[in-house]
Amino acid sequence: MDTDRERHRARETAFYLFTQQSLPACKPVLTPGWVIAIFLFMGVIFIPVGLVTLRASHCVVEIVDRYDIDCVPEPSRMDKVSYIQDDSIPKNCSRFMKVHKYMKAPIYIYYQLDNYYQNHRRYVKSRSDKQLLDGQKYHDTSYCQPVESNNNRPIVPCGLIAWSLFNDTFEFIREGAELKVNRKNIAWKSDRGHKFGKNVYPFNFQNGTLIGGGKLNPEIPLSDQEDLIVWMRTSALPSFRKLYGRIEEDLDVDDVVVVNLMNNYNTYSFGGKKKLVLSTSSWLGGKNDFLGHACVFVGCSSLTLAIIFVLLHVKYRR
Amino acid sequence: MKRYVYINDNESSHELYCDNRISNRKYTVLNFLPKNLWEQFSRFMNQYFLLIACLQLWSLITPVNPASTWGPLIFIFAVSASKEAWDDYNRYLSDKKANEKLVWVVRQGIRKHIQAQDIHVGNIVWLRENDEVPCDLVLIGTSDPQGLCYVETAALDGETDLKTRVIPSACMGIDFELLHKIKGVIECPNPDKDITRFDANLRLFPPFIDNDVCPLTIKNTILQSCYLRNTEWACGVAVYTGNETKLGMSRGIPEPKLTAMDAMIDKLTGAIFVFQIVVVMVLGIAGNVWKDTEARKQWYVQYPIEGPWYELLVIPLRFELLCSIMIPISIKVSLDLVKSLYAKFIDWDTEMIDYETGIPSHATNTAISEDLGQVEYIMTDKTGTLTENRMIFRRCCISGVFYGNESGDALKDTKLLNAVAGSSPDVVQFLTVMAICNTVVPIKSKTGAISYKAQSQDEDALVNAAAQLHMVYANKTANILEIRFNGSVIKYEVLEILEFTSDRKRMSVVVKDCQNGKIVLLSKGADEAILPYAYVGQQTRTFIEAVEQYAQLGLRTLCLACRELREDEYQEWSLLFKEASSTLVDREWRIAEVCQRLEHDFEVLGVTAIEDRLQDGVPETIETLRKAGINFWMLTGDKQNTAIQIALSCNFISPEPKGQLLLIDGKTEDEVCRSLERVLLTMRITSSEPKDVAFVVDGWALEIALKHYRKAFTELAILSRTAICCRVTPSQKAQLVELLKSCDYRTLAIGDGGNDVRMIQQADIGVGISGREGLQAARAADYSIGKFRFLKRLILVHGRYSYNRTAFLSQYSFYKSLVICFIQIFFSFISGVSGTSLFNSVSLMAYNVFYTSVPVLVSVLDKDLSEGTVMQHPQILFYCQAGRFTVSLPFLAFFPLLYNRASESEYICWMVWSIFVPCNCCVCDHHTCLCLREK
Repeated sequence: MDTDRERHRARETAFYLFTQQSLPACKPVLTPGWVIAIFLFMGVIFIPVGLVTLRASHCVVEIVDRYDIDCVPEPSRMDKVSYIQDDSIPKNCSRFMKVHKYMKAPIYIYYQLDNYYQNHRRYVKSRSDKQLLDGQKYHDTSYCQPVESNNNRPIVPCGLIAWSLFNDTFEFIREGAELKVNRKNIAWKSDRGHKFGKNVYPFNFQNGTLIGGGKLNPEIPLSDQEDLIVWMRTSALPSFRKLYGRIEEDLDVDDVVVVNLMNNYNTYSFGGKKKLVLSTSSWLGGKNDFLGHACVFVGCSSLTLAIIFVLLHVKYRR
Repeated sequence: MKRYVYINDNESSHELYCDNRISNRKYTVLNFLPKNLWEQFSRFMNQYFLLIACLQLWSLITPVNPASTWGPLIFIFAVSASKEAWDDYNRYLSDKKANEKLVWVVRQGIRKHIQAQDIHVGNIVWLRENDEVPCDLVLIGTSDPQGLCYVETAALDGETDLKTRVIPSACMGIDFELLHKIKGVIECPNPDKDITRFDANLRLFPPFIDNDVCPLTIKNTILQSCYLRNTEWACGVAVYTGNETKLGMSRGIPEPKLTAMDAMIDKLTGAIFVFQIVVVMVLGIAGNVWKDTEARKQWYVQYPIEGPWYELLVIPLRFELLCSIMIPISIKVSLDLVKSLYAKFIDWDTEMIDYETGIPSHATNTAISEDLGQVEYIMTDKTGTLTENRMIFRRCCISGVFYGNESGDALKDTKLLNAVAGSSPDVVQFLTVMAICNTVVPIKSKTGAISYKAQSQDEDALVNAAAQLHMVYANKTANILEIRFNGSVIKYEVLEILEFTSDRKRMSVVVKDCQNGKIVLLSKGADEAILPYAYVGQQTRTFIEAVEQYAQLGLRTLCLACRELREDEYQEWSLLFKEASSTLVDREWRIAEVCQRLEHDFEVLGVTAIEDRLQDGVPETIETLRKAGINFWMLTGDKQNTAIQIALSCNFISPEPKGQLLLIDGKTEDEVCRSLERVLLTMRITSSEPKDVAFVVDGWALEIALKHYRKAFTELAILSRTAICCRVTPSQKAQLVELLKSCDYRTLAIGDGGNDVRMIQQADIGVGISGREGLQAARAADYSIGKFRFLKRLILVHGRYSYNRTAFLSQYSFYKSLVICFIQIFFSFISGVSGTSLFNSVSLMAYNVFYTSVPVLVSVLDKDLSEGTVMQHPQILFYCQAGRFTVSLPFLAFFPLLYNRASESEYICWMVWSIFVPCNCCVCDHHTCLCLREK
């Protein structure tokens, strides 16, 4: 009697069921009803979500201005590369951007580079995270090749990425008055706090014969060099935007914003484009229609399939 | 080259030859690491991964941290190495047990109990009954006055019948005490693995006999791993020891069986490797071209004008490393893991426990479960596999009177019981033959009950039946047999035993009735070995009818006969027999010839019919499995009629008119050829009809067919779904399996006895039934089960699930590797074909191990259909069998498959870029909610 009960109890343990491959399991049988219901449900869920997303994306106002060609004076347009490399020519340039729709603060200022391979292997690898955090205390800069030292002294920050820092600058004027641009807090907090050292100062930077991009103020620690921090977060695609700053005033319809810029950065040798972007944001971020389109597409296809299955089911009912 | 073994010489041969230490180990502690690594690296996949791992150490080209390959690689190697080490340790333990077994050996003239490993060549070893022989010995003495002893050679050649061994003539008659002091020399060849030959000479030194050379044959030896049976003691001189014995020399590690799926995976791996090389070359060229045309313009990349000499190689090698994940490194480990679980499921299955004996099913080979789901041919033994191998005496026919026809059990037939009670002379004579014409040994327990120790199940059945009919075989002391019949004791003296051989198909004893001194020859045997030798004038028609009738019922028949011998006739013959028994050349044949001189002019007494009942559920199992599209072949040593009857009764073949049996027979090449062609013709015609056509072939015709008409026979084998092969030898069984395997069919062999071992080892899957004929088949097999009916569950449930799961798992492994690899490839097109990895090392490793490898292991519990459904609709197995083709289909259509993968990863890639990459950039650019929240 006891052994019977014991055996019975043994049969109920999970391990016994496992050994007999008879653990309880749900085995959905895809009957037409279920299939139609699932597709209907997907359609009902996805279409509204897609529409909401699309709406959010459409609320975002974006002004894009490509300035790399127009900022080169007419006579130099035949040989843009020598123009940009000639330091004696002043590089300032003015652009007019017309606001076509009310833009609510904060308005984000981006520069956009096209055909710029920040994801090139040689480029991506050429940095030393340890040096960025510890400065000259960290000696091994072999990762930073080919920009690891100059005159036998290490460069801080070393590597191709830092060396090629973007150095166009922008000023915004509306109706004669300068718009205040907030250039703080444009980099990730984690980067500022944990990746770039608070006591690390630029050293021996852009001192070589070959000068790449912008220079850094050696008085400011790396953790406060936010332009550098933004630039050092390399982009995965050859066409990318990077945050420059924020305008913290609303812009009205038909406002004309004059942009005084310094066109310093060389994208001419490889045919890259430079664009300036002003954009507001929604709860979903910037202007991105893909997600909304995708959701609507999936929802519509599910609905269509559901309808087709209903028709088939009605026609060929068993 | 020869070796000279000096008997009882304790010094000279110690250094020359190894001691008796047996070693089956592959490794020693020192050579384990190098040898095991070498073995593992002989596999292509491992070499490949090692190459990749080494390339990754070059930081210029590695896209990810080398740890992402080294980690899994070391893990995989550690797993396989520890498995090997564990197996080897177990082998070491079993060797140790054998080596430390105590045996009696003569040392300095005194018998001592020493460990088996300390036996040296030339030592004299003493064995008792049922001892295992520790090394190869030349017999010099036995307890038998004629110098005979019996050994069971099952471990050596798989034959369960006892073999007689005899001491060399030179040692004949040496006194028991003197054996310790015997001196001499044995000249024998160097060790080889031929267990049928031993061409040696023995010369004893004075004072023993003379110094004539005495020839030795295999008959004078007992080989390692045999068992001494029915002989009180025997002693012999060790000639080969340790790993140099005949068994040791023939011991090879059986080749590991490879499943169809494994072969498929290897092929797929090869194909992917080729594809990978192509991708690498294309991308490498594209990368170099892009570098020279575009990248040099990009000042921020700072390509040097002049690179080092290997510059052209750098980009292709980078892509090689990027693409290396195309071949899933985890597949071997995952598959090994799930396969051992499948095996465990078989071990654990309570529905496959034989409750009669309490033996659970067991998977010895853990690697081939999924092949069970792809079986196409089952080769089955008959006796003990389909039947219970429990012989029961059912009917008999004594002098033309049939007993047991009405009730089906002669032991309850009142007619017979009355005849026994009335001591009808025919019946008494018949029962006497049943009781004493055998090699059975009666054993009396303390309570007085008599049990019988018989080598053959048939003899056991006959003796027991005789005992139930009051003819009790009570005792055997030396040569005197005691029989109790109706209260009186009759004594017989056994003069000779003419043993059973499969050529003679009968056995006889010559006994002397102790009461009246009459000498009688008692014989029993197959009908064709007895009835033709009846004395002229005896009517054997009723016996022939009886045999036919019993065979129709699927009963095993034996004819019993006797003949009274004259004193002088016996004496004359006895001399001949002794002479024949001591010949050295062709002894078996000579003995058979001499026996023939005595075994004629029989007075046929009657026919016995013994039933060997079918096991439970055999017909159902066969029917279900045939519905599943599995073809059955029955290979049996039994005779044609019985085999056909059993086949009919277990749904193996259908009776006329639905079924048709085609016979291939003939004694000569021409006859066999003609009948083979006729059968082939019929088979071709009927192959389109819905008719069960089966062919029947006997051993003799099979031998000829396999030798001379192999092509025709192969065609027949392919055409025929069912075949019955009777009177086949163990090696023929193996040949038939080989034949079907060569036609690229998946074969399963199932059997229970030593004679099935070779076929079990030969087949893709060997299943052993742990039955009454011992455990040899079960030990040699990949799977052992208790009853034939479990085969259904083994194939339909375990085999099918294993196949589906393994198929899913391996396909998934390739799929996930290809997907992530294609994302990398697409990314390389937008990263300047420079070989940047989209994912960092940690993510890649995590993807390979934690995200994709570990969770899918849950698929070992996956069941697409419930067990009941599969059992009810066995046809579903077709998909698995055809799996050979559908799995290879994506292989043929490999590029379309890759194309699908490509478009899929393109899609995933697109999704990732469209959502995450902008998001990611947006994160950098502070364009999304993420960044908003961060402020």
